[in-house]
This record gives sequence, structure tokens and C-alpha cells, in this order.
Amino acid sequence: MEVFANLAAGFSVLTWFTLALAVIGCFLGTIIGALPGLGPSNGVAILIPVTFSMGLDATSALVLMTSVYYGAMYGGRISSILLNIPGDEPALMTTLDGYPMAKQGRAGDALVLSGVASFVGAFLATLGLMFLAPLLSRVAYSFGPSEYFALYLLAFCTLGGIASNNQAKAALASCIGLGIAMIGLDNTSGMPRLTFGHMHLMDGVDFLVAIVGLFAVAEVFFFIESHGKGSSIGVKLEKVRIPVAEIVKCRWTMLRASVIGFVAGVLPGAGASLGSFLAYTVEKNVQGEEAGFGKGASQGVAAPEAGNNAAAGGALVPMLTLGVPGSGTTAVLLALLMTLNITPGPTLFTDRPDVVWALMASLLIANFVLLAMNVPLVRIFVKVLQVPPWVLLPGVTMVSFVGIYSLSGSYFDLLLMVGFGALGFVLRKLDVPTVPIILGILLGNHMEDSLRRAMVLSDGDWTYLFSSPIAVGLWIAAIAGFIAPMYLRRLVKRPQMVTD
Amino acid sequence: MTTIHLRALGLGAVLSLGAMAASAAECIAPANPGGGWDFTCRQIGKILYDIGEVSDPVQVTNMAGAGGGLAFSHVVNERSDDADLIVAASSATTTRLAQNAFGGMTADMVRFVGAIGADPGVIVVAADSPFETLNDMVDAIKEDPSSVAFAGGSAAGGFDHLKVLQVLKEAGFDDIRKVKYIGVDGGADAITQTVGGFTQGMTGDMSEVVGFLKSGEVRALAVLTEERVPGFEDIPTAKEQGIDVVAVNWRGLYVPKDISDEQFEAWADKLRAVAESDEWEAAMEANGLAPFTKVGGDFQSWIDGVVASTEELSREIGVIQ
Repeated sequence: MEVFANLAAGFSVLTWFTLALAVIGCFLGTIIGALPGLGPSNGVAILIPVTFSMGLDATSALVLMTSVYYGAMYGGRISSILLNIPGDEPALMTTLDGYPMAKQGRAGDALVLSGVASFVGAFLATLGLMFLAPLLSRVAYSFGPSEYFALYLLAFCTLGGIASNNQAKAALASCIGLGIAMIGLDNTSGMPRLTFGHMHLMDGVDFLVAIVGLFAVAEVFFFIESHGKGSSIGVKLEKVRIPVAEIVKCRWTMLRASVIGFVAGVLPGAGASLGSFLAYTVEKNVQGEEAGFGKGASQGVAAPEAGNNAAAGGALVPMLTLGVPGSGTTAVLLALLMTLNITPGPTLFTDRPDVVWALMASLLIANFVLLAMNVPLVRIFVKVLQVPPWVLLPGVTMVSFVGIYSLSGSYFDLLLMVGFGALGFVLRKLDVPTVPIILGILLGNHMEDSLRRAMVLSDGDWTYLFSSPIAVGLWIAAIAGFIAPMYLRRLVKRPQMVTD
Repeated sequence: MTTIHLRALGLGAVLSLGAMAASAAECIAPANPGGGWDFTCRQIGKILYDIGEVSDPVQVTNMAGAGGGLAFSHVVNERSDDADLIVAASSATTTRLAQNAFGGMTADMVRFVGAIGADPGVIVVAADSPFETLNDMVDAIKEDPSSVAFAGGSAAGGFDHLKVLQVLKEAGFDDIRKVKYIGVDGGADAITQTVGGFTQGMTGDMSEVVGFLKSGEVRALAVLTEERVPGFEDIPTAKEQGIDVVAVNWRGLYVPKDISDEQFEAWADKLRAVAESDEWEAAMEANGLAPFTKVGGDFQSWIDGVVASTEELSREIGVIQ
């Protein structure tokens, strides 16, 4: 088959040097992903000047960067599981069940399971990229403003009940997130909103600032207040083993999540966060209440990790075939390609097959390197929990401060982050979940932009929102996603609904 | 005699050391690595060193934030007499200055050294579009403004939006607030919306559309330059179609305001040297830039004109009051 011949050609450009780069990239990426405040996009951005100064050729630079990219996608889960602090935005959903698992002393299980899930997601997505990329590029052409709006609506409709048993509090949290998303320059009118004349707010609030503030800094405040009680740090660890039974149990979960994540990634503008989010909520609905989502369910760890890694691979489809970045990181990768004089777009696969297939080969290699690296390394990662908390938490906080400062080199972001920390502390005291806030910030802007664009194109005609079969289908899915859980719960009559 | 000679030598050495330290220049790219401003700093910095205009490699600092506003305020407030500092700029810089997007700071708070390349503005349509010429499109808009919507990579009021409005105004359509425009995430995204049929036209830079032109999914109705762009001779200019609009996304530099005229001239000379180098020619060709050299005093007056006309247009569409 042509694909295999191409892939063989792709592998042929790899040398010991590029393989070494892949290993280094995977390792660096894992660390970057695990450190709160350093996500895949700024990790890759920071390393771009390094590739220039090392004088790497196009292939080597791509190998290094994709290894860092996939590495960071793997690494994000580590701090989610161990510290309840998402290492980057796509790892947000992993905190929901990963941290409870760690609290029960099953941190090793959670890390191995999520590592395998990451591998499955990324591997399937890479296969999808190889076989379907030119075909899938057409999908982007059928997604206009009204289709995107319906897609984001679907995400918000399935939000109910995530991370909290109290739907009103989850709704409140997502409204706070939506409000924060409104800050900055409004794309449709070109006017600044809620910036109070402050230039630093023109670009809006960076979600990394919000995540690190709401999770890492708030965690420190909690720690100070409770003198370390209620933290997973210091819990007794079971011996690290490979949880074969759980992996087998989650095989369909991983498959489903990979498909969902991949599709979300292929749509430009949706990205990895939406992928992991939808993967989690769909899985929660499939498994029902008995699976114990939110309390350390293994499917709740496997689904978002398979989903976000599959989305990372999927996001490369529009990036390579259309030049449209599907996520923050692919935007940076796109910029890297342009500086290497490679212009992604519809002609890339025919103009530069050498680059494309070397990229595919390096993605596969990075994936296997990461699997090999991550499972044995779990023993080292869980050791982190044995570090005394008075060393660990200040250390994590310091790294977050440095990471956030590196975003724009301005102290304003640091102040904002501490502000978010205080907000996170108060909200947790009030038992308001913080995950929907981040989702509001991540998805709110896109949702609003899509709606406003649809209204511009249709001269304010609302029926335009239902004008295509795709949009109607997504609306039906959104309504079903909103109503179905209520009925399902009524059917199984879970007692917690009564106690709420 | 010998001592004096030695002293003079010593002094010379100290002076030249000082001069060398002074020439370790810094270029601020007001964005993250990888974008247009980053490209400007890295390419110009590299060529300056390669052709011996500076004795040490130019250090590139990325200072992203507020669409270049953070770097601008940093230069104005903290580095206003730093003669070793250059900052990457483009049409986006002047557009934002004209629209008061830099928190009240104005174009005269820095000195614009020059531009040495430009990404030509283009207006493209999907391959199956009924419009064959720019005038077909203009006529359709004159007849029914709501029948044509544009997508572009900048927010409303941004440079991509203004290009279309300039064309329409020049063609005699004055009701420019009626023109439909959606700002999406970058030029490629704008093309997908156009190929997908959600918008009828795309406005952007030449470098953004090259791949899609080659693949035949879009056609360019006009390029907004004085003359046809080398390598794309089959695309007519707006000017030959009777609509005299030139809108290019130039790449250039500004420096702090309070440096001496000699220091300013020194930077202008260095920039001219880069513009004339073979290295720059190769870099422009590889990145889809067209030659566009305006350096020194007349660049400043050109900038003033651009800012004034952008301000007027922005006021008309209501982006500023």
C-alpha cells in the first residue's frame, strides 16, 4: 500500500541523531507537560529559538518539536493525578478521577492506566492522520459559524453534573468562566471589553493563568489553612504494578474516547480540551452512575487521556492539510513550519511528501518512546508524593510563577494568577467546582465568536443556526445530552439526587 | 612618547571595547516565536551580523502581549534612549496605533526606521465563485451589500478588514458599514470559510493564500500592489482594474524616540544594507514577500499618512469614536 511505502520513506530519514532528539524531546515534553504553568504550546514556543540556534534541518526540528508536543500531552496528566493541579489545559478532566484515585493510594495505577490510554489515543490518532488526513481536510469546509456554535453548545449542554452533584453550582461556575472569557478585544466589533482601559487585558485572560491560579495557587492556600490535612501528599502508596485488569476493563472506553477526541481535534477551533471533555462526559453517560465517576473511576481516567491525546493527533490534520491550527500548540508548530520554509496547506502532501512522512514517522516513534518511558518512570513520578509537602508545594508554586512569567514577561499575569488563587480558594470553600470555570474560559470565546459570526452572515436571522444538516444533528445531540442524564438518573433513582 | 602612545593605545582599546559592547544590539519581537514579527527580528538580526553591519549577533527578545502594545509601552517608558534597541513592526502596529489600541500611546512616541519588504494584500474567492473580476464583486456589493460577506484573519477593524473597505470606498461604495465581515483565527481559516461557501470572499496577505492558489481551490481577484507581484504575474492588480488601492503588510523596524539623529541614521543605513543584501532577497522570496523599501525620513512621513487614513476609516466604521 502507498501509505506504507511512504511511511518507510519517512522512517528512512531517521538517524541515530534524530532518534536521540526524539528521546530528548519526549523527556523534555513530559517534564514541560507535568509542570503547571508550562503547557505544550509555550513549551514548544520556548524551544523554537533553540532549534534555530542548534541549526537543525527541517526534519530534525520537526522530530524534536513533535516529540515535545506529544510528550507534553502525556506529561500533563502527572500533576493532575498526583497534585490535583492540571499540568496543562487538556489534562483538566483527568483531575476529576485521577486525583481521587491517588488519594486512595492508587496513584501508580492511575498513572500507568492513563499512560496506556494516552498511548492508545495518540497511536490511533496517528493512524487516522496517516490514512485519512487528505480526506478529512474536507470536513473543515462543512463547518461554518452555525455548525461550530452548535458544537460548543453540545459541550456546554453535557456540562451539567460534571465535578459536582449540585447542578446549580456547576452552572454558576461555568457562568463565571463565560464572563471571564468575555474580557479582551471583541473580534466582531473590534472593541475592547471589560479591560478597564488596561492594556494587559486586551488579549483577554490566558487560560494558563486561570488554571494555575485556580488549582495550584488555591491548593497552596488550602494547604496553609489546613496544615496539610486532606492533601494526597503523604498518603500511603501501594506498590506500583501494571494494572492489567483495569486496562482490559477500559479497552472500549479508550477506543470510544480516541474516536471522539480525534474528531474534536480534526475540527479546527475545537481542539484537545474539547476532545478530552467530550470523551469524559460521553463515557460518564455510557457507564452510568454505578461506575462512580468523580470518585476515582478508572474509566474516568482513561477516557480524558485517550481523548486529549487523540485530539492532539487530530489537530495535526487541519494544520497540515489546510494550514489551519486546531489548537494553541499546533498554531506554534505551524509557525515553526513556516520559518522552516514549509507552508502547510492543501499542496503540502504533494509538494513535500518527505517532510510529511518524516513527521508521521516521528510521531509514531515519539509515541512508542513515550510509552516505554512513561510506564517505568511511574515509579519515579509517584516518589514525588513522598517529598515532604512543605518542600513540594512551594516548589510547584515557584515553577508555576516562572512559567506564567514566561508567557509575556509581565508581573501583571502573576498578580492575576494570585487573584485567581484567592477566587479558587473561596469557591472551593463554597463547594463550587472550578473545572467548569476553566471550560467556560476555554470554550466560551469560541462559542460567542461563532454565534456572532453566524449573526453577521445571516443579518441577524436566527434560523441560520439550524440551516445545515450538521448543525441540526449537533443541536439534537446537545438537547439529548442535556435531557438524557436527568431521565437516566430518574430511572436508576440514585439517592444522591434526593439529598441534593 | 612611548607612554603617550601606550596610553593612546590603551584608550583606543577601551573605546573600541565600549563600542563593541554598545553594538551588541537587541531586537524585540512583540509576539511569540514563529510569527511575522519574530521572523523580522530573526532575519534582519541574522543578516545584520552576516554582512558585518554589527560585530556581535543580534539578541532577539520575544515580548508578546496586547498585540504589540506591551513591547511598545516597554520601549516608550523604559528604553526611550536605548540606541542599541530595534523593534519589529508591521501594518498591524500602525493600525493599532491609529485605533488607539495601545492605551493612549501614539505613533510619534517612537521613531520608525523603515520597511524593507511587504506581504501584498489580496482578495480571493472560491474557485466556483461567479465573480471573475474585482469589479464583478464590487458591482454585486453595490447592488446588494448583504449578498457578499468577507472573512479575514484579523478582528473587525483590523488590517484585513480595512483592505476590503479601502477597495470598496475607492470604487465609489460609501456605505461601508453595511459590508459584512467576519474575523476568524488566521488567513487559512478565512479561506476554509470561503471555500466552504460560508463567506463569498477572503481578504488577506499573499503568503496566506499561496498554497490554496496552487491547489486551485481559490482564485485571486486582485492583488493590492502598484505592480503585479513577481511569481504571480497572472493576478491583476486592483489598480489596473481601475481601483487605485495599495495595501501591503510591510515588515520593518522602529527604534526608541530619544536616540540622537546620528544614531537613527546609523540604523537607517544598516537597514538599507540589509535591504540590498542577497540574503534578504532570498529570505523574502522564501516567505512570499515582495520588495518594498522605504527607509529613513520619508518612511516616517509615509507612516504618518497611513496612520491618519487608518484613523479616518476606523472612525467611519465605528471602531473608534
